[in-house]
Amino acid sequence: MPTIHVDVVSATESLYSGEALCVFAPASTGELGIYPKHTALLSILKPGEVRVETDKGIESIYVSGGIVEVQPDVVTIFSDTAIRASDLDESKALEAKQRAQEAMENATESQDISATQAALAESMAQLQMINKMRGKKIF
Amino acid sequence: MAAGKEIRTQISSIKNTQKITSAMEMVASSKMKKAQDRMLASRPYCEKISNVIGHVAYAHSEFEHPYMNSSEKLQRIGIIIISSDRGLCGGLNTNLFRHILKQVVEYQAKGVEFDICTIGKKATSFFKNSGLNVKYVLTDLGDAPHFNDLLGTIKVMLDGFDTGETQQLSVAYNKFENTMVQAPTIMQLVPMVAGESDNMNHYWDYIYEPDAQEALSALLVRYIEALVYQGLVENIACEQSSRMIAMKSATDNAGDMVTELELVYNKARQAAITQEISEIVGGAAAV
Repeated sequence: MPTIHVDVVSATESLYSGEALCVFAPASTGELGIYPKHTALLSILKPGEVRVETDKGIESIYVSGGIVEVQPDVVTIFSDTAIRASDLDESKALEAKQRAQEAMENATESQDISATQAALAESMAQLQMINKMRGKKIF
Repeated sequence: MAAGKEIRTQISSIKNTQKITSAMEMVASSKMKKAQDRMLASRPYCEKISNVIGHVAYAHSEFEHPYMNSSEKLQRIGIIIISSDRGLCGGLNTNLFRHILKQVVEYQAKGVEFDICTIGKKATSFFKNSGLNVKYVLTDLGDAPHFNDLLGTIKVMLDGFDTGETQQLSVAYNKFENTMVQAPTIMQLVPMVAGESDNMNHYWDYIYEPDAQEALSALLVRYIEALVYQGLVENIACEQSSRMIAMKSATDNAGDMVTELELVYNKARQAAITQEISEIVGGAAAV
């Protein structure tokens, strides 16, 4: 049986690496089945299950979105560790900007303020995310 | 024996300092292990995504992404500077800042301006007085930074590139060579520097889903995030190992000082005893 090399990685760890008979990945336009000698493909993944079929059995890995790259003999799946929501990024951006301004203004003041602010920003962002998740189902 | 007492207090205060530095050394060496593990854990992602970017660079895509190739005239450069939050880690931050300033001066001579984003308190306090435009600040990420923490910062810096405000984006951090060596590094993120050509010269292209622009953007943004994240975790590993070394040499130096002072103290003590004896003998002879 021909095999294809599969790597599933996230920013903080390598989730799977090895030969497989075929791979299934939740692409943005529908589930993809990838067999050896598949044509080159680059696709965004939506949250879901990646199934890697090997001769020893089926390995199932959950990804919360990401990217899949297919070359004829290699499949690489990048799993996101971060929760991506555009307003979450936006609020963090605003906070970062505000902190920069304050740091410039109080050039001599102790850094305790920025510590408190970072904590505040974090909790605010979390609050926002919670509201978002309450508002609609995420999967 | 007034001098003797003074020396004794000095010795005991040095010993106290030595206790602190040796405790810090031990803390740093245990944290260093963890930081290195984290650095190694995030490496596969970085390597794989670099490989894929290498493939993409040689795919004959119908869509040319601005991050891949930009020929605009260089007027303003964005730099993300990664430093530590805490000091007492030898020349780690200073070396990096000096390296950056050297580059900055070179570019400024050509009339290029800078937008800076600082990560870590040390860079923030250093660059706020440098006369450069500090746009964004991120501090208190701790020893185990989360990927999420970086997204906002990277987004605003990339937005600057997207809107044409900056024509280049770099990240500056300390690269972890080994425990003893940390190399200050400035890496260009966008436009991407093309890698070496391999044997993929025939005409081919990906199938993109949902479309070329969206898929490429998602990939490239993740690539940039991965590089910055890798820089951050490497910088933390550097910080801990550099602190361990700095604290080790501080402990050793304190030990040397104590030995020297003990010699001085013993000499003073002996001199005092000799003087006392000669006084008694002198007194007895007089009687």
